[in-house]
Amino acid sequence: MTAEFGLAALWFAAALALLQLVAGALALNPRGASLAAVVRPAAIVQGALALIAFGALISVFAATDLSVRLVAANSHSAKPLLYKIAGAWGNHEGSMLLWVTVMGLAGAFVAMVERRLPERTMLATLAGQAFVSLGFYAFLLFASNPFERLSPVPPEGQGLNPLLQDPGLAFHPPTLYLGYVGLSIAFSFAIGALVTREVGPAFARAMRPWVLGAWIFLTLGITAGSYWAYYELGWGGWWFWDPVENASLMPWLAATALLHSAGVLAARNALRAWTVMLGVVAFSMSMVGTFLVRSGILTSVHAFAVDPRRGTFILALLAIYIGGALTLFAIRAATVTEGERFAVTSREGALVFNNVMLTGALGIVLMGTLYPLVTEAFDEKVSVGPPYFNPMTAFFVLPMLVVLAVGPLLRWRRDNLARVRGMLLVPGLLALAGLGAAAVLVPGKVLPMIGLALAPALAVASLLPLRGRRLRQVKLPLWGMVVAHFGIAVALFGMASDSAFTTERLVAVRVGETTPVGPWQIRLAAIEPVAGPNWTALEATLQASYNGAAPALMHPQAREFWAPPQNTAESALHTRWNGQLYTVLGEQAEDGRWQLRLWWKPFVPLIWLGGMLIALGGLLALTGRVASDVRRLVARDKIAYRREKQGR
Amino acid sequence: MSDSAASPVPGSRWTRWLPLALFVVFVGVVTWGLLRDKDDTVPSRFIGQPLPQFSLPAATDAKAGLATADFAGKPRLLNVFASWCIPCAAEAPQLAALAAAGAEIDGVAIRDHSDDLAAFLARNGNPYTRIGADNLGKVQLAIGSSGVPETFVIDGRGVIRYQHIGDIRAEDVPMLLGKLRDAGQ
Repeated sequence: MTAEFGLAALWFAAALALLQLVAGALALNPRGASLAAVVRPAAIVQGALALIAFGALISVFAATDLSVRLVAANSHSAKPLLYKIAGAWGNHEGSMLLWVTVMGLAGAFVAMVERRLPERTMLATLAGQAFVSLGFYAFLLFASNPFERLSPVPPEGQGLNPLLQDPGLAFHPPTLYLGYVGLSIAFSFAIGALVTREVGPAFARAMRPWVLGAWIFLTLGITAGSYWAYYELGWGGWWFWDPVENASLMPWLAATALLHSAGVLAARNALRAWTVMLGVVAFSMSMVGTFLVRSGILTSVHAFAVDPRRGTFILALLAIYIGGALTLFAIRAATVTEGERFAVTSREGALVFNNVMLTGALGIVLMGTLYPLVTEAFDEKVSVGPPYFNPMTAFFVLPMLVVLAVGPLLRWRRDNLARVRGMLLVPGLLALAGLGAAAVLVPGKVLPMIGLALAPALAVASLLPLRGRRLRQVKLPLWGMVVAHFGIAVALFGMASDSAFTTERLVAVRVGETTPVGPWQIRLAAIEPVAGPNWTALEATLQASYNGAAPALMHPQAREFWAPPQNTAESALHTRWNGQLYTVLGEQAEDGRWQLRLWWKPFVPLIWLGGMLIALGGLLALTGRVASDVRRLVARDKIAYRREKQGR
Repeated sequence: MSDSAASPVPGSRWTRWLPLALFVVFVGVVTWGLLRDKDDTVPSRFIGQPLPQFSLPAATDAKAGLATADFAGKPRLLNVFASWCIPCAAEAPQLAALAAAGAEIDGVAIRDHSDDLAAFLARNGNPYTRIGADNLGKVQLAIGSSGVPETFVIDGRGVIRYQHIGDIRAEDVPMLLGKLRDAGQ
């Protein structure tokens, strides 16, 4: 019953999206103005129904209802409950349901709280949101029904890919989706503003918190995903330029650019058309990414649910939504004047540079992701890997980081570099000293060298906007910027340090033997069998001693899952303030020795610490913006109330 | 300095259509990608074919370069790899096991630098007899390899007998040894 209930909720939600679209579009015309009252309630109920459908799917997964095809294909009665629930979105259909649920909820949320925009723009925005949702509802209902029944009912499910059975991964897709799909709000805002030609500071101020919210989740999702790949895959790497990773990076780059250009639009009424276009591009990148991953058009280690028919469906949705939005942009952007002018040396100028570089990096990643496909058209198969991506993105990102040090110190509209030169002396000298030190420490490795040199200078420079201010009076959005920029410096240092200083060893040792890696001495103390709920494993006990200190115990495992049958290597990590020791247990050789893969990675945790700081910066800025919006609303209500009283 | 509208979007009319034009190109490319016949036949097309003529310079000072003429006499494995490829490091123990079992292994390093390669070999072991530097990926494409790592079984007359795509897992080792044996008969 639960499955049918969920399916019914999904149909009703789709019907309400249709109502929301039609009513919203008609209400834009004066003759249909009476329909305007329908739009917000429709958006709210639609979100609630989508949530109910998603709840129904979770419930059939939690109960392991094997008569539902999706459950039978992706779950197993012996799985821990957490992974049964996570199984609901660990597959194509369930994750698409999560997608429309997030879209519906985001639309409902906007309908409930957003009061800053002119009402007509709001109607167009909600109609746009419904229009996009409708396509994804159709996709679910006609091509990816998650509630389909299976007959006869199988005695047992096929299980969830063991790699996905990890607490980190259980919450990774929902986080990422809140980010991806949250950007749909920016997309709909852009559509709404283009339709009513209301692109200005008010539009930017209304859009910014929504973009920030989505961006925070996206940042967290990418950070968590990178850490998950790092410890779960057992390869010791943290970013592989895999199409799926690129699919999450591209919307992030676009959203980051959008945040900064929306700031210019809100403060200075400049970059109007550009900001609207980024609003369209950010969510478009979410959809393009989903398409690339789901259609099986590119091979990826993450690829799931590869089905060309589905690919065609999503491609049709892309053509309608992105093509439609970009056409609207091309027609209407000419009527959106560019707004206020500014000098090249100004806060705006620096932010434009940031935007151009971020967009450049986005283009590079998109090209690298699609390149294998393009060359295949000419009958050549190539693989594009780090040798392309690393230098090409660095080409755009490193200059951007230099400007990042300067930009926040500049004044709006027009400034003089001579004014900020004094402040930049310290970071400048630090960068030079760092470059010298890095040239000695890691000769020949150009990118890690630049990263190591730049990171400390950037960290200092990111704090400069606080100089001469009373810290307790600094507004939250400024704190947010400082923390996020500092986070970038921290992450950069982690990345550069990982490439420059990692030591790796592959050894074969007997129980009782000791082997070194970097400053560590690792003793293989024992190998013992252990059992989990749906796996058995051989577990090593390692005594890891740092420079002769008391040893820490580590337990890497070679796991054997039995539903579905698959072997995984569970790495064991030991974190110190100055780095991480990473151990993986391999096979036993014929002579009785055990293979161990050992890495000593100085400062590698800074990568994810930096990612979290970046997200924290976003959270601070969001809190500050929302608080000031609420204050403004309350003040406005008070004035209105007083006027009403006086009028009586 | 004079005021100038330093906007990423220049004011002219046609630039507004640029994003749409780029998107249309994207749709064209992926539509072709979706409609094409999945070209899974590429690997098998080369099986039974003699190796193309090539002569690669040495990729590292420690080992000699690699040419078609080197594949004469005994069946050999040809491993396509790169120091920047992570699954290549993952398959290193299996290559070592193959070498220990008597397989002769030659390497083709794709778009690599000799320093990186030397470090890779120092870290992961060096089971190779020769290593050729394929800096443009030409030989890789000519033998029908579309990624790294891939491993080919070449018989004593220089004919490709088998292609293994992806990293060599522990369970593939006996299979590859069997293919080598077959190629020798």
